[in-house]
Amino acid sequence: MDPMYYIYLATLLFSIGAIGVLVRRNAIIVFMSVELMLNAANLVFVAFSRMNGNLDGQSVAFFVMVVAAAEVVVGLAIIVQVFRTRQSASIDEPNLLKY
Amino acid sequence: MTVMPAEGLFSLMWLLIALPLAGAAILLLTGRRSNSWGPYLGVLTVCASAILGVLLLIQMMGLPTEERTIAQVAYQWVFVGSFTVDLAFQLDQLSMVFILLITIVGSLIHIYSLGYMSHDPDKRKFFGYLNLFVAAMLLLVMANNYLLLYVGWEGVGLASYLLIGFWQHKRSAAAAAKKAFIINRIGDVGLSLAIMLMFVTFGSVAFSDVFGSATQASEGTLTAIGLLLLLAAAGKSAQFPLQAWLLDAMEGPTPVSALIHAATMVTAGVYLIARSNVIYNNAEWAAMAVIVVALITIFMGAIIGSAKDDIKKALAGSTMSQIGYMMLAVGLGPIGYVFAIFHLLTHGVFKAGLFLGAGSVMHGMDDNVNMRRYGALRSVMVVTFITFMAGYLAIIGIPPFSGFWSKDEIVHAAFERGWFIGGATVLAAGITGFYMTRMIAMTFFGKKRWETDVHPHESPAVMTIPLVILALGSTFMGMALLFWGDIESWLEPVVGYESEPTPLPTSAYIGITLTVVIVGAIIGWISYARREVPIDAPQGNWLTRAARKDLYGDAVNHALVVAPTNYAARALVWFDSSIVDGCVNGSAAIVGGLSGRMRRTQSGFIRSYALSMVGGAVLVLLALVLVRI
Repeated sequence: MDPMYYIYLATLLFSIGAIGVLVRRNAIIVFMSVELMLNAANLVFVAFSRMNGNLDGQSVAFFVMVVAAAEVVVGLAIIVQVFRTRQSASIDEPNLLKY
Repeated sequence: MTVMPAEGLFSLMWLLIALPLAGAAILLLTGRRSNSWGPYLGVLTVCASAILGVLLLIQMMGLPTEERTIAQVAYQWVFVGSFTVDLAFQLDQLSMVFILLITIVGSLIHIYSLGYMSHDPDKRKFFGYLNLFVAAMLLLVMANNYLLLYVGWEGVGLASYLLIGFWQHKRSAAAAAKKAFIINRIGDVGLSLAIMLMFVTFGSVAFSDVFGSATQASEGTLTAIGLLLLLAAAGKSAQFPLQAWLLDAMEGPTPVSALIHAATMVTAGVYLIARSNVIYNNAEWAAMAVIVVALITIFMGAIIGSAKDDIKKALAGSTMSQIGYMMLAVGLGPIGYVFAIFHLLTHGVFKAGLFLGAGSVMHGMDDNVNMRRYGALRSVMVVTFITFMAGYLAIIGIPPFSGFWSKDEIVHAAFERGWFIGGATVLAAGITGFYMTRMIAMTFFGKKRWETDVHPHESPAVMTIPLVILALGSTFMGMALLFWGDIESWLEPVVGYESEPTPLPTSAYIGITLTVVIVGAIIGWISYARREVPIDAPQGNWLTRAARKDLYGDAVNHALVVAPTNYAARALVWFDSSIVDGCVNGSAAIVGGLSGRMRRTQSGFIRSYALSMVGGAVLVLLALVLVRI
């Protein structure tokens, strides 16, 4: 199977994730979009690993998953805290840290 | 010349300096605790030094001439490679006479101050400074190298600053002290440069090394050293063109003026040049410069002294003039050194007497210094009057008073050099006769011109006894030194002495000088004793008006030094505040303004940050792709 298909799919997933991060206001959705981008990267890693016949890319994909899991833990905790104080999960609301 | 180690009584010579120095330290460091006994301690230390000085003199007179130079090394002070300077004292015939003058006249001034300053709340501090002054001056004349001499030199400058500004609550006194210090600094630069030049040329600053190898140096170098030393001497001895501080220095208490003018300070310049005689003997032009400076100063001092109505300033003018005589004599070379020191000694005594006498008059006149408000004081202040007269006869040079012998010798030596210099000294002697007669006529003779509530009275014994001793000195010291003490052969081993023939016999010069002096005195008497002295000073001719302004000494200094310095300072301030500060502040403002704009990008919206990150990533990607192609 042509590896380019995987690349196209990963690019599509990544673009959806990036646009999701840029245009959506809900923090949970933004988070999910980030996950989408990470998984797009994972897909490319795994595809190339398969293509080249060694396991480096697959082990990197595992690392990415672990990091993503840790990130989700911290990120969701922050979102819950922000929601408790502001009654909102919009990422445009907490904009006090500025010039 | 052989230098003998200090043995027996001579091993105590460090005490001469240590005693007044310890006195100064105790008085100044113990503070108010020593208020009651401090002044007496101050007097005691100087008197002890004086007694030790006399004992040393007796001891020295017992030694053969070639063994009279005695050195004592306290410790090695500076050692840098091959260059060493010892903290060492040297006692020879020249330092000996200076030590006696400083300590004995100093003691009398200290005793007098007990009376004069008795009502001053800061009496203790005053005596501490006086002790410091004496100690510094003794260090100056007892040093065996130029570097140690410089320490004493600076000490004298410091002590004079402290004492001239002693009544610092008076703005004028504080200004006068600063003026004296600053003008002295200019002279000090000359001395320090001379010392550096000596070090470069001779590799040592000790007297024995410098004088021993002076003849091997080029005449140009010696002339430069001589001129620099002259600059130093002009500063300390108030010679033209650094004379301006002396008249303002009268702001200090009168005993200070006596100390500065008689025993310490102004004599230091003459000492320096007499001590460095070997250099001047081998540098004709430097010696000539000394003569020129001295002649100008003699006449400036005499003219200023003739016009001032302030008794202390008139005396200050006379000091300038008399120190000019001494400088002239040292400028004359081996025919004059001995007589310069001789005149310095007699002048030290009679000028101290005159100043203390003036202080006594002021004491009785409620500190009024204006001679136009004196008059007819001879019957009220008998002791002061008689002692002042002794000083007066001594300074104008009437035989057998001490000034006659010393000034006559200088006039004679001047004639040995030439008619012009000799004639100038005679003329100046005539002016001396005029202004001193004017002073006594306005003070002690004529009609009463006192302010209404002034009740003149004789001063207490603690002030009059020093006056009497100084008056006796003014009367007999000249004869004693010349005939009994044989000052010429005493000083000859240190400074050298030779005599040149003159066209006329000695008595002729004495006759000429005396005639001119008496003519001057008669003019003074007719103008100020026979005629009424107006209480308000008449306008006077242009010379009087100029002399009242110190012959425009301050104006010249202002125009040549102060004003250009001020302009330069203002220009630099403008450059600093507009150009330098402008660059610094301007660049800061540019950076600050740009930052203000740029921080607007930190909007606080997470999504806009995310957009810029994505944009950046896309740009990087594009760049990579473009580079690949």
